[in-house]
Amino acid sequence: MSQQIPQFTPVNLITGFLGSGKTTLLNRLLVDPHLADTAVLINEFGEVGLDHHLLERIDEHTVLLQSGCLCCTIRGELAEAIRDLHSRRERGAVPPFRRLAIESTGLADPFPVLTTIHAEPVIKHHFRMSNVITTIDAVNGARHLERYSESVKQLAAADRVVLTKTDIADPAEAARLAERIRAINPTALLLRAAEDALNAELLLAGDAYDLAGKSKAAQIWFAAELREAEEDHCHSAHGASDPNRHGKDIEAFALTFDTQLDWISFGVWLTMVLNRHGEKILRVKGILQIAGQETPVAVHGVQHLVHPPVHLRSWPDADRRSRLVFIVQGLNRREIERSLATFLGVRARRAEPVA
Amino acid sequence: MCALCGVLGGSDHWTEAASRPGLGSPATSAAARRGERMRRVQAANRILSFYRLHLADWQGTTYILSTATGKSELVDNLSHLWSVAEQLTGRLCDPLDPALLNWLESGA
Repeated sequence: MSQQIPQFTPVNLITGFLGSGKTTLLNRLLVDPHLADTAVLINEFGEVGLDHHLLERIDEHTVLLQSGCLCCTIRGELAEAIRDLHSRRERGAVPPFRRLAIESTGLADPFPVLTTIHAEPVIKHHFRMSNVITTIDAVNGARHLERYSESVKQLAAADRVVLTKTDIADPAEAARLAERIRAINPTALLLRAAEDALNAELLLAGDAYDLAGKSKAAQIWFAAELREAEEDHCHSAHGASDPNRHGKDIEAFALTFDTQLDWISFGVWLTMVLNRHGEKILRVKGILQIAGQETPVAVHGVQHLVHPPVHLRSWPDADRRSRLVFIVQGLNRREIERSLATFLGVRARRAEPVA
Repeated sequence: MCALCGVLGGSDHWTEAASRPGLGSPATSAAARRGERMRRVQAANRILSFYRLHLADWQGTTYILSTATGKSELVDNLSHLWSVAEQLTGRLCDPLDPALLNWLESGA
């Protein structure tokens, strides 16, 4: 293998509902020099490969997936496409790309894509999941979140949310939607496509695996969004917004623990919860102070899938408490809190925001 | 055999993964990983005894889950454990179940 090829090639998933601006975003990112060595897999949905024709960078890096919807029919094809790319890179038939971006169809639940990267026997030894980027359009996004569970799953799985079409949407409506996005997924970095300078590094890099070495990345990944979650989450989930409008009992909340946690008991608890309630736990993301460890461990899961825990070299900030964010659908915060506290023999508390 | 932990095969389940720098379980040495495995069995048994089940390590490679009457199944990792536990007992193993939590809180 060439020296230039990373041991595990990061994979970015760009997802978002139909017409929410995935391809526009991809087009915008692909001109960024940071992405010069990125291979792009796009999914050709329907008979007309519109996405393909809109995409400027179609070359040997691009493999078109020829059939239907990523969530149910293409998983095998996706695996095959990635394996094929890997094989061609090894043979030197394509330039040695260092990152892979996958654009999914608007109707796909991102979970099968994540599991394909995580569990496929060949792929898991050469690729690793990086950020999930979800586009939500400011004009239709609220309606999509209300009506389509796929849209909610795409948002819950996101590490970066790009709110698109803010330039043509009613500003008040866009602000309400942004609030709602924050309430459903307080851990993702929210960007506005029209106003914010989007660069490839901000969107694609700085994922959980980069945390091991960089405390700055860890801060971005975790700290700011989490505090907001702690501060305002309970209102948005229980108070201000109407639970029916809020979309199928979705709630995000943060639990914090002052004491060190036992890693083994945490593993027993989380596996048991995911076995029984994995469908309802859209997201778990946290930083844990583990007994016997000086530095924290980051955990990160989407539905049934838990990524390998990441050991951080240092804490992202002065706060040494364990913090866990859950995005759940139809589960009760108090029940989860009580269960975790009982299993671990510790007491959770509502944390005050840190200055 | 995994040279790192002295365990055949080597699991990549998240609770015991140790295959990449910076990733994996907090235990890095072979002894620590074996110790961790024993503690994992103990911690699981604390919960499993509520369902009258018992977990044992088998040669550091797999686990054996048994009922009180001796019916046994092999399990690979903790995620696998709970679905097998539900099959063996015919009950749902729900960590949010107040009966389980009351029992744990009573110091069982």
